[in-house]
Amino acid sequence: MRKSLMRGALRGLPILAGLLMLSGCDAVLFDPKGPIGESEKSLILTATYLMLVVVIPVIFMTLWFAWRYRDTKQSKATYTPNWAHSTKIEAVVWGIPCLIILALGILTWKSTHELDPRAEIVDGGEPIEVQVIAMDWKWLFIYPEQGIATVNELAMPVDRQVRFHITSETVMNSFFIPRLGSQIYAMAGMENRLHLIGSEVGTYDGISASYSGAGFADMHFKTHVMSEGDFDAWIEKARGSSKVLDDAGYTALNEPSENVAPTFYGQVKPHLYQQIMAPYMDGMELGMSDKQMGDMKMSGKKMDHSAHKMSGDEMSGDDMSGHAEPAMATEE
Amino acid sequence: MLGKLTLEAIPYHEPIIVIVLAAVILGGAALAGLITYMRKWTYLWTEWLTSVDHKKIGMMYIIVALVMLLRGFSDAIMMRSQQMLASTGGEGYLPPEHYDQIFTAHGVIMIFFVAMPFVIGLINVVVPLQIGARDVAFPFLNSLSFWLFVVGVILVNISLGLGEFAKTGWLAYPPLSGANYSPGVGVDYWIWSLQISGVGTLLTGVNFVATILKMRAPGMSLMKMPVFTWTALCANVLIIAAFPILTATIAMLTLDRYLDFHFFTNDLGGNMMMYVNLIWAWGHPEVYILVLPVFGVFSEVIATFSKKKLFGYTSLVWATIVITILSFVVWLHHFFTMGAGADVNAFFGIATMIISIPTGVKIFNWLFTMYRGRIEMTSPVLWTLGFMVTFTIGGMTGVLLAVPGANYVLHNSLFLIAHFHNVIIGGVVFGAMAGITYWFPKATGFMLCEKWGKRSFWFWIVGFYLAFMPLYILGFMGMTRRLQHVDNPLWVPYLVVAFIGAVLILIGIVCTVIQIVVSIKNRDQLQDTTGDIWGGRTLEWSTTSPAPFYNFAHEPQVKELDEFWEMKERGHEEAAKKPYAPIHMPRNAAAGVIISGFSLIFGFALIWHIWWLAIVGLVGMIASFIVRSFNYDTDYYVSVEEVERVEREGRERRSLPGARTPTDTVVQG
Ligand code: HEM
Ligand SMILES: [Cu+2]
Repeated sequence: MRKSLMRGALRGLPILAGLLMLSGCDAVLFDPKGPIGESEKSLILTATYLMLVVVIPVIFMTLWFAWRYRDTKQSKATYTPNWAHSTKIEAVVWGIPCLIILALGILTWKSTHELDPRAEIVDGGEPIEVQVIAMDWKWLFIYPEQGIATVNELAMPVDRQVRFHITSETVMNSFFIPRLGSQIYAMAGMENRLHLIGSEVGTYDGISASYSGAGFADMHFKTHVMSEGDFDAWIEKARGSSKVLDDAGYTALNEPSENVAPTFYGQVKPHLYQQIMAPYMDGMELGMSDKQMGDMKMSGKKMDHSAHKMSGDEMSGDDMSGHAEPAMATEE
Repeated sequence: MLGKLTLEAIPYHEPIIVIVLAAVILGGAALAGLITYMRKWTYLWTEWLTSVDHKKIGMMYIIVALVMLLRGFSDAIMMRSQQMLASTGGEGYLPPEHYDQIFTAHGVIMIFFVAMPFVIGLINVVVPLQIGARDVAFPFLNSLSFWLFVVGVILVNISLGLGEFAKTGWLAYPPLSGANYSPGVGVDYWIWSLQISGVGTLLTGVNFVATILKMRAPGMSLMKMPVFTWTALCANVLIIAAFPILTATIAMLTLDRYLDFHFFTNDLGGNMMMYVNLIWAWGHPEVYILVLPVFGVFSEVIATFSKKKLFGYTSLVWATIVITILSFVVWLHHFFTMGAGADVNAFFGIATMIISIPTGVKIFNWLFTMYRGRIEMTSPVLWTLGFMVTFTIGGMTGVLLAVPGANYVLHNSLFLIAHFHNVIIGGVVFGAMAGITYWFPKATGFMLCEKWGKRSFWFWIVGFYLAFMPLYILGFMGMTRRLQHVDNPLWVPYLVVAFIGAVLILIGIVCTVIQIVVSIKNRDQLQDTTGDIWGGRTLEWSTTSPAPFYNFAHEPQVKELDEFWEMKERGHEEAAKKPYAPIHMPRNAAAGVIISGFSLIFGFALIWHIWWLAIVGLVGMIASFIVRSFNYDTDYYVSVEEVERVEREGRERRSLPGARTPTDTVVQG
C-alpha cells in the first residue's frame, strides 16, 4: 500500500515537468518561428506556472494527507471526527484560487486582444494578401496582388506579415501552421482573417486542424518562409506555370481529391475568391457576374452586416464587425 | 417497401465486422438459450424488465453502462492500434471510411451510453434512499426513461451490422453532417439514437428534480441534504435546462436532412455556426451533468472512509450551485477559433476560469476532510485519491485551454484529447467505479471483492497516465485529432506508449469483470449483513442491505445533516418500536418497455426511410401511451404482515455471519 501511493506521487509529476520543459524542435509549439507563435508559447508557459502554484501543493497535500492520516492500528496522527469547519481555511481556499484567477484573467484579457487574429501585427510591415480556400481535401492559396494561385504550397517572405483571408468551399476546416501560431476556422460563405509572420527562413508544416471527412488526414501543405528575393523568384516560378485557374480549372480542382501534390497556377481569374463565396451568401445567387462584384467593390459599398452570416454580431455588436465579413467588403 | 434498406446494408465484405457480429449474435443466442434453459424469462420480465423499483432500474443502467464500456473501449483500442500502425506513412488496417465511424462511435458511446448511465444509474440507486423516500416521484416514468435510453443503445449497436454509423465526430457538426456531405444513414443513426435516449434523459431530469424537492423525509431541509443528493439535484436541473437545447438542435438538423430545410447548410441562408453554438450550449452543461454527481460520490466516500464529517459542507453546496449556474455562460470556449472578436473570446475565457474557482474549492474540501481523519484505504478511497490527483492535472490543462491565446494553438490537438480524457476518466469513470464499489452492497447485499478492485484501480491509473500523458506532448508536437494516419517518425514513440497505456487500461477493465464474477461467486462470504458495512453517515445505510423494495419500513425523521451518523451516536432504537403501517407502492409496468419498443421501430424506420413502418411505430407509441393512461391500477398497499415478514428476515440477516468490515474482506475476497 505504502509503495503504491508513493508510486502514484512519483509518476505524475516528472511527466508533467518533462512536458513543460520540452523544447527543441520536436515540440513545434515550443519552438515557434514567428512572433505570434512566440507570444502564444510564453502565454502557455506563464499560465501554466501560475496554475502550478496551486496544482503542485494540491497534489502534494493529497498524497501527504492520505499517507499521514491513513488508518493503521498504531496511528498516532490526530483524529478529530467532528471538526468540519474553519473560517480561516475557507478564506484561504477561496482566496488563493481567486487571486490566481484574477491574475490569469488579466493575462487573458490582455493577451486575447494582443493576439486577435484579425488585428494587423504592429511592425509587421505592409501585409501581403493571401486568400485561402479550404477544399475537399486540399488548400487553395490565391495571391490576388501577384495574380497567381497554388494548391498545398504556401510561401511568404520572411519578417513580413501576411494577411490571410480564409474561407471554405466545403465543410468547416481549420487553417493552421503550428510553427507560426494561431489557427482559425475556414467556413463557407464567411471570411475569417488571420495575420501571421514567419521570422525565420524555413519550411514548416501546415495542416487542417478540424476534421472534414475522408481525406482529412492528408490535408497538409508546406509553408516556405523565404527571403524577399526567393519569394519573388517563387512568384515568378508560379507565373511560369501554364495552368490557368479559370472557371473550368476551378471546377476541375473542386472535385474531391486526396493527398494532392503542390500545384501552381500562372493565372487566376480575377475575383475568383469572391465568386467562390457568393453562392453561400444570402441573397446572392450564383448568377452574379464579375462585373457586379467589381462594381460593388469599387463603390466601397459595405454589406449590411446584420443581414449576413456572422457568428457573433448578436453577441457583441461592433466588436464582431471585422469577422466573417462578406467577401465584397474585405478589400477595402 | 423497405426504404433505403437492402442486403447491401450488411457489411459482409468487412471481415472485422463480420467476426464481431458473429460473436455478438452467438453470445446473444447463448445468453438467450441459458435464460430459457434456466426458465428465467418470467423472472426477468416480472422482476427486472418491467420493474419500476428505482434500485433495480439503477442497477440496469449500470449494467448497460458496463457492457457499453466494453464496446466503447474496443473502439478506443482499435484507434490506438491504428494510429500506431499507421504512424509512418502506412495505411494501417482501418481505412478512413471505417476509422471515422470508430472515433465517432467511441465518443458517442462513451458519453451517452457509458458515462451518462453510470451517473444516472447511481443517482437512481442512491438518491431515494439518501432522502428517506420509498421510490422516485414518478416510478413509471423512470422505467420509461430507462427503456428509451436502451433504445438509443440498441440503435447505435444496430448500426454496426446494418448500414454504417456517422463519420462526423461525436457532435456531428454540419455541414459535414448535412445531407450533402453525409448522404448515408450514419448520421441518421446518430440522430435517432440521441433523440430517443435524450427524451429519456430529460424525463429522468424532471423525475429527480421532483423527487428531491418533494419527497425528502420530514425534517430534511435543503441544507441537511447529503452532498450526493445535492449534486444530483443540480445535475438534474441542468438536464432540464440543457437537454431541450440538444433535442431542438438535432431536430433542426433532422429537418435539414429529411425535408431539405436550410438551418445549417452552407447555402440558401443556412448557418452552421448556429449549430455549433447550440450544441455547445447543451454540451458544456452536459459535462457538468456528468461530473457534478461524481463530485457527490467522492464527497460521500471521503467522509465515510475518513470517519469524519465532510469539511465545509456549506461551501461545497454553494460551490455546486455556482458551477451549475456558470456552466451556462462558458460554451464558447469550445470554439475560440471560430473568429469571434477579442472581447467575446476574452469574456468566455475568463468566465471559464471563474468556474475553476468553486471546483478548486471542492478539492480543498475533500483534502481537509482527510486531514485529521482515519482514512481506510479501501478501493473507493483509492479511486478518490486517483481522482484528486488526476483531476487536478486535467483541470489545469482545461484552464490553459480556456486562455484564448493558448487555445489558438492547442485547439483540436491531441492536447485537447488528453485534457478531456484526463477529466472524464479521472473524474467520471473513477467516480463511477468508486460509487459502484461503495453502494454495491446496498443494492445487492454483498460487497465487491476488494482485491480485484484494487488491481483494477492500479491498472487503470497507470494505464491512464501512459495512455494520455503522451497525448499532451503530441499536442505540443503539432498532432491534431481524428487522424486516420500520420506520417511523422518523431511521433511514433509516443503513439506506442499510448497504445501500451490502453492495453493496461484493458487489463484494468478485465480486472473489474473478474471482480464482479468473483464477488458473485463468493457472495456468501462477502455478505453485508449489517446494512451499514462501511460505517456510513447517511440514511441509505440505516436500512438493510439489500434495501427492501419499499426502502424503509418507517419513514425516517431527520434532525441533522449526516442523520444516520447522528442516530448511531444517539443510539437508534427509537424508531424500531413503532408499529408498522401499510406502505403505498407503485406496481410494475410493462408500458415502458412497450412504448420504447415502438419508439425503436419508429427510429429504425426513419433511419431507413421506411415510412409506413415509421407510422406504425408512431401510432404504436401514442396508442400504448393512451392505453397506459387509462390504467388506474398502478399502485397498491403493502400489507402490515408483509412488512413485518420482510423486516423480520432483515433482522435475522443481521445475526448471520458476514463480512463486517472492509478490512475483513480484503482477507477473504
Ligand atoms: C478507456 C480508455 C479510453 C481510451 C484509450 C480512449 C481513447 C480515445 C482516442 C484514441 C480518441 C481519438 C482521439 C483522436 O481523435 O485522435 C478518443 C476520442 C474521444 N473519447 Fe476516448 N478513450 C477512452 C475513454 C473515454 C471515455 C471514458 C470517454 C467519455 C466518457 C471518452 C470520450 C471520448 C470522446 C468524446 C472522444 C472524441 C470523439 C471524437 O473525436 O468525435 N473516451 N478516445
Ligand atoms: Cu465546455
